[in-house]
Amino acid sequence: MNVAARAAKADERITAETAAEHGLSAEEYKLLLGALGREPSLTELGIFSVMWSEHCSYKSSKVWLRKLPTEGPQVLQGPGENAGVVDLGDGQAAVFKMESHNHPSYIEPYQGAATGVGGIMRDVFTMGARPIANMNALRFGAPDHPKTRHLVASVVSGIGDYGNCMGVPTVGGETNFDPRYNDNILVNAMCVGLVDSGRIFTSAAKGVGHPVVYVGSKTGRDGIHGATMASAEFDDASEEKRPTVQVGDPFTEKLLLEACLELMAEDAIVAIQDMGAAGLTSSSVEMADKGGVGIDLELDRVPTREEGMTAYEMMLSESQERMLMILKPGSEKTAERVFRKWELDFSIIGYTTDTGRLVVRHRGAVEADIPLAALAHAAPVYERPWTKTEPQPVVAPETVPAPDRQLAALGYLMSSPALVSRRWIWEQYDHMVMADTVQRPGGDAAVVRVHGTDKGLAISCDVTPRYCAVDPFEGAKQAVAECWRNLTAVGADPLAITDCMNFGNPERPEIMGEFAAAVEGMAEACAALSFPVVSGNVSLYNETNGVAIPPTPAIGGIGLIPDIAMMATIALKRPGDVLMLLGDEAGHLGQSLYLQAMLNRTFGAPPPVDLDAERRTGDSVRSLIRAGAVSAVHDVSDGGLLVAIAEMALAGGHGVVLDALVGPRPAHATWFGEDQARYVIAADPDKADAIHKAAAAAKVPLRLLGRVGGDAIVLDGEPPLPLATLKAAHEGWLPYFMAHG
Amino acid sequence: MRASVIVFPGSNCDRDAAVALHAATGSAPAMVWHGDSEIPASDLIVLPGGFSYGDYLRSGAMAAHSPVMREVVARAKAGTPVLGICNGFQVLTEAGLLPGVLMRNATLKFICRDVLLRVERNDTAFTRHYAKGEVVRFPIAHKDGSYFADEATLDRLEGEGRVAFRYCNAEGAITAPANPNGSRRNIAGIYNERRTVLGLMPHPERLADPTLSGTDGAKMFLSLVETLH
Repeated sequence: MNVAARAAKADERITAETAAEHGLSAEEYKLLLGALGREPSLTELGIFSVMWSEHCSYKSSKVWLRKLPTEGPQVLQGPGENAGVVDLGDGQAAVFKMESHNHPSYIEPYQGAATGVGGIMRDVFTMGARPIANMNALRFGAPDHPKTRHLVASVVSGIGDYGNCMGVPTVGGETNFDPRYNDNILVNAMCVGLVDSGRIFTSAAKGVGHPVVYVGSKTGRDGIHGATMASAEFDDASEEKRPTVQVGDPFTEKLLLEACLELMAEDAIVAIQDMGAAGLTSSSVEMADKGGVGIDLELDRVPTREEGMTAYEMMLSESQERMLMILKPGSEKTAERVFRKWELDFSIIGYTTDTGRLVVRHRGAVEADIPLAALAHAAPVYERPWTKTEPQPVVAPETVPAPDRQLAALGYLMSSPALVSRRWIWEQYDHMVMADTVQRPGGDAAVVRVHGTDKGLAISCDVTPRYCAVDPFEGAKQAVAECWRNLTAVGADPLAITDCMNFGNPERPEIMGEFAAAVEGMAEACAALSFPVVSGNVSLYNETNGVAIPPTPAIGGIGLIPDIAMMATIALKRPGDVLMLLGDEAGHLGQSLYLQAMLNRTFGAPPPVDLDAERRTGDSVRSLIRAGAVSAVHDVSDGGLLVAIAEMALAGGHGVVLDALVGPRPAHATWFGEDQARYVIAADPDKADAIHKAAAAAKVPLRLLGRVGGDAIVLDGEPPLPLATLKAAHEGWLPYFMAHG
Repeated sequence: MRASVIVFPGSNCDRDAAVALHAATGSAPAMVWHGDSEIPASDLIVLPGGFSYGDYLRSGAMAAHSPVMREVVARAKAGTPVLGICNGFQVLTEAGLLPGVLMRNATLKFICRDVLLRVERNDTAFTRHYAKGEVVRFPIAHKDGSYFADEATLDRLEGEGRVAFRYCNAEGAITAPANPNGSRRNIAGIYNERRTVLGLMPHPERLADPTLSGTDGAKMFLSLVETLH
């Protein structure tokens, strides 16, 4: 029987079989009986099943997540709240988080993606912050898979429609195409907000006898058991899960945002939490548990969209655009006035108590009466068995076939799905609303001005799934390092990250091994780069019929630019500038895009990440930017050095003349190797000496690459590659693909 | 210059407009809630961009019937300059202050990017800081921005010199590739008969600050300040 249809049979006996249909194992059901001391009602079973779901309880990931560094002088709030908070100085702070909406987005891509964006924005404004920028990290299947175009079009449209209507700029992100996502796309949405450090709101419902207030949209039957769906893998019948996907209404969310911020300016709120996954259940349980109180809910007072909703349905609905607040007694009138002004539902649906229990009443009957500790803390915690991913051999550059011409390979790479311009995507996002976007999509990191100041917040989302697939430890290190590098490349001091851990079924030891290694790799990189994790989300069971996605620990990082006048961009600006490479070269071609594009397969070990070199090189580049010594900066990542140079040329509309290579290393390894910890910089020739000296003092290798000028990429002994040709191929692929397949 | 910015539920460029007005006039404009029927004494009324009432039904259709619009229409008829940007333009057409309608973009997609516009005349309160025929760069950000009116209306608008801005190429030529959304005759913005009401889809307030890589939009606000004091 469909779980959501259970509600009609509220009086049935609960058995281990019913529990299994709710996603609870036989052992978990035994644990539940012990925690409750009796057989649960259907409503109680539903509440337990969502609170103990992987999505809400982190039962498989918890033991590993404890290894992540979460502290630093800049951290005002680490993991455990709706979002993380870092200090920006001058009494202001950034609130941010990234979250997955993978399962719903595959089943219903438009609504799934839209509500993912809506949910992450609520997590941010719940804490009192005004959202100032959105980003997203998207993984789709192979371009030639029959569903890919539909999924891309609908996901992008869903993200755009929601963020655009909210008036929050979507300033960038990343998109991959890979056949391993054919049946499990990933939609990870990130939001960054700005708050006064002294006005941060949290979710601990401290104090007894306080009114519990429901605001926002009415409750409907949509999204029931969404959290449970997100905690199971897919099979051929997954399309039937469409009713578990929520429906978004960005207009209501915009009103909710303004109303919440307006009320937050008054001294009325004790605690506030958005109703996200597991809706009313998880918001009430988490708030009461954190506040050390009990909570009584009167469901007859919950505004509903449909007639005859049962307690089970109301507790499990994931209808969007709803918030739960605990008010200071006497503030009810003030709050009601604000929410009525914004034409939103407002209802006092209960009170905090001293019982330590969640008591749910509906139509005169007690539908649930559960000790909160059982829901929040008695959930099982698993130390699942795991196996290590088999390491791959390092690829010797000499063994990789060379292209006929380097520039032909460059043209081919720049017009491959992995590297083509994502303009078709981000032009559907309003990336300029709020009039503070000082660096638009397409660069290393987006930068939004801190409103009313000269400071900038740099934001970047990064992970390279093909690296993680063969070496999750090194791949996760690389994801953190690349994010740190992208923020550095615009001149920011990297502050902290949020993570979105997308993996397959953790009950399989090889998947659990990927997760464990990725956490350890992240932990090492975060510690070495002083780049702590302040919020995040784990999405497991991203697999269909036993085939899992590659491990995808998406990293969303933010950094602070003290003065946006000293911000760097990737665009070449002046003919005559010299082009230089900072960082060490090894010609590492394992798992490179060169292999993927030219040989149609990747193999070997991914490039190793030397975190000392990352830090040394990055700190050196940032100093040069702050000193005004450089005119353009770009980190070297996917595709390698020549791709980075070509991207700088296209962005600025200036060609480059490159010096002939010297030394024994094959040219294609130099041009297309994906060695880490490198940056290309452009600078006035007058400043070259000072840059050389600064790099030498910092023990950072520096090599002269050539000069800016002309309208082509010029390489010794090859026909020049005109920028116009390169641009047409680079810009043309995605629009053509979306129009014609 | 005393300016008022009307705020509808779902407006989201109200702050951006206020910032640009503040920069041009030296004082913050009045922010007027849609439920108010009173607008303070104003030399200029701005209807900002956004998604008033979620753009449900039809872009701008519900906002055109909100209480404050009766007063906006009365002020406009009495000669107070009114500037409608993006959703504000849609509201002005729905309220009957400007002819025509904004339809779904020809691409059927939301488009956010800079476009080039040709300033059709520079003898209005909105454009005196531009040169006639000047090519300026403003951002667009809309899904329903394809200007449509019947041929007779279009002929009349052109004949009466009421086309304010057209989408153009870098040389100022009015071409099909320069038209981002399928607007008839590349029309990006129009005036009322007296050229006291301007509606346009592009956002001058988004490029009115040197830090944002352009200041072409600022000239519109400076024009208004100079004309209206």
